[in-house]
Amino acid sequence: MDFIKPTIEYVELLPLFIVFGVAALGVVVEAFVARERRHVVQVSLAAAGVVGAFAATVVVGLDLDKTGSGRGLVGAEGSVVVDGPSVYLWGLILIFALGGVALFAERRLEAGVPAFAGQAAALPGSEGEREASTKGLAHTEVYPLVMFAVGGMMLFPASGDLLTMFVALEVLSLPLYLLCGLARRRRLLSQEAALKYFLLGAFSSGFFLYGVALVYGYAGSMSFGAIHTSVVNGSDNRTLLLLGIAMLSVGLLFKVGAVPFQAWTPDVYQGAPTAVTAFMSAATKIAAFGAILRLYYVAFGADRWDWQPMMWVIAILTMLVGAVLACVQTDVKRMLAYSSIAHTGFLLTGVLGVQAASELADSQITSLQAVLFYLTVYGFATVGAFAVVTLVRDANGEAPSFVRWTGLGKRSPVVAGVFSLFLLSMAGIPLTSGFIGKWAVFTVAMSSGAWPVVLVAIASSIIAVYFYVRYIRLMFFTDPDPDDEVASVTTPSLFTSVTIAVCAVVTVVLGVVPGPVLDLAAQVGDFIR
Amino acid sequence: MTEYVVLSSILFTIGAVGVLVRRNAIVVFMCVELMLNACNLALVAFAKQHGNLEGQVAAFFVMVVAAAEVVVGLAIIMTIFRSRRSASVDDASLLKF
Repeated sequence: MDFIKPTIEYVELLPLFIVFGVAALGVVVEAFVARERRHVVQVSLAAAGVVGAFAATVVVGLDLDKTGSGRGLVGAEGSVVVDGPSVYLWGLILIFALGGVALFAERRLEAGVPAFAGQAAALPGSEGEREASTKGLAHTEVYPLVMFAVGGMMLFPASGDLLTMFVALEVLSLPLYLLCGLARRRRLLSQEAALKYFLLGAFSSGFFLYGVALVYGYAGSMSFGAIHTSVVNGSDNRTLLLLGIAMLSVGLLFKVGAVPFQAWTPDVYQGAPTAVTAFMSAATKIAAFGAILRLYYVAFGADRWDWQPMMWVIAILTMLVGAVLACVQTDVKRMLAYSSIAHTGFLLTGVLGVQAASELADSQITSLQAVLFYLTVYGFATVGAFAVVTLVRDANGEAPSFVRWTGLGKRSPVVAGVFSLFLLSMAGIPLTSGFIGKWAVFTVAMSSGAWPVVLVAIASSIIAVYFYVRYIRLMFFTDPDPDDEVASVTTPSLFTSVTIAVCAVVTVVLGVVPGPVLDLAAQVGDFIR
Repeated sequence: MTEYVVLSSILFTIGAVGVLVRRNAIVVFMCVELMLNACNLALVAFAKQHGNLEGQVAAFFVMVVAAAEVVVGLAIIMTIFRSRRSASVDDASLLKF
């Protein structure tokens, strides 16, 4: 038997190679570079890797017209698809990865050490932990871990078959489980968050894998193109297909935190180090929604009458549960977690608005375009908001409890003002980017006839405005109880302040002139098979 | 061929129920592994039915992924056991409403 060499499109897949290469290099650095120099080397390496991969992504994106069939290609023997949506999502993930690396590298807030445990193996409260913290030890492994996660996230929405999608799902999840458990302060909470995220994540990927097996049993192939052909031609084993779609959905909806798979979200967002939460809440959601779009539009697009009703129910439940439960929280990280659940619902509203090309009016906004735009604006608002949370501190480190934030607007008007801007954008107030995002997803859902979902979406937006505005009132118009200890703002280094500033500027600019990014999202065209 | 798929679905169900009812994190994790192995059985059975190799190749990938998951999972369960002297998932209850 002859061995046939696989063809790999090195040029088009360069962004992936750079990210995974830098991640592997980071592991080597961990082994060979002296401890005192490791932090600088790792941060520069990770940042250079992300920037390099972003540059490569831009080049691939500009040349997309000339590659393959004119809109991209199915590369690496059918396992990776480089098309418009992939390239857009790669760029977006890399932007937030850079923000994540910057927040990870912040050392000024904790007086010279990062927000990660000095020695994760040392018991909380033990002699070993004290020794590690007096020596100023720090885990620089977080940078290779985050690079592996970024690689998985980039591969996830670009996968061309179910097996690649499963492997990418694990490659993005496993480093995140570990990162969640590495907080320097409140280590028991952090470890518990890691345990919950890990057990539930492994459980849901078990469902995803069984879905892979069932859909493979139905179609006889793992590639999305072949699955599409089988769905179009029909077959007697429709039970296999429907069960398979349901079980794949469990895995994917878990990753985005949709009801009824949302239980992990608040616990993990609260327990994880805030820098990790900021990165994960934006980038994981982008990657997982990219995968949802590809799987449902490309593989199961011809069967959308079967999955759309399920998406209706899940979107409605997700928006309502997220918005209502956010109203009763007393911890700002938990509140943002529930608000991210509500945003998952809004994004699903955009996903279920898919229509065939023939049903679309001229120059009408497509469902894909709306979801990509919403992911962009949501990502900037959420990274910015969690970055601000890292600044508000008391003697015990970060102070996420509502009581500590009371009257912050009087003590630090700028920080409280920027935080309010992010909250207003998430609430969807006009002149912020969140408004345009909501308008886009509601329009596509409306035009596909999903008006009950849009009605619920508007109702939950109103509920959401209540808890966002209540928080702004708490910061600006409430005087703290004299008996309560309040938190104050610690001045961060340039890493965090630039991240927050960029997020704030983008949030405002996309609210006033959304045109360029909407056009860019329109130009990405459609998925290819 | 159907028998193997039925057997795999039974194994998968045992694993899923085990995750939901068992209280020790290690046992919960073993049940997850059982679910993954049930998937492997289904993949191989379907590969035989369709007469192509994709399912069998996938089974190898799943084994590798499961091994990586063990590395990460046991590390997390170990740290939490060392700091709390308990691997029960009921005791990990600091984070709630």
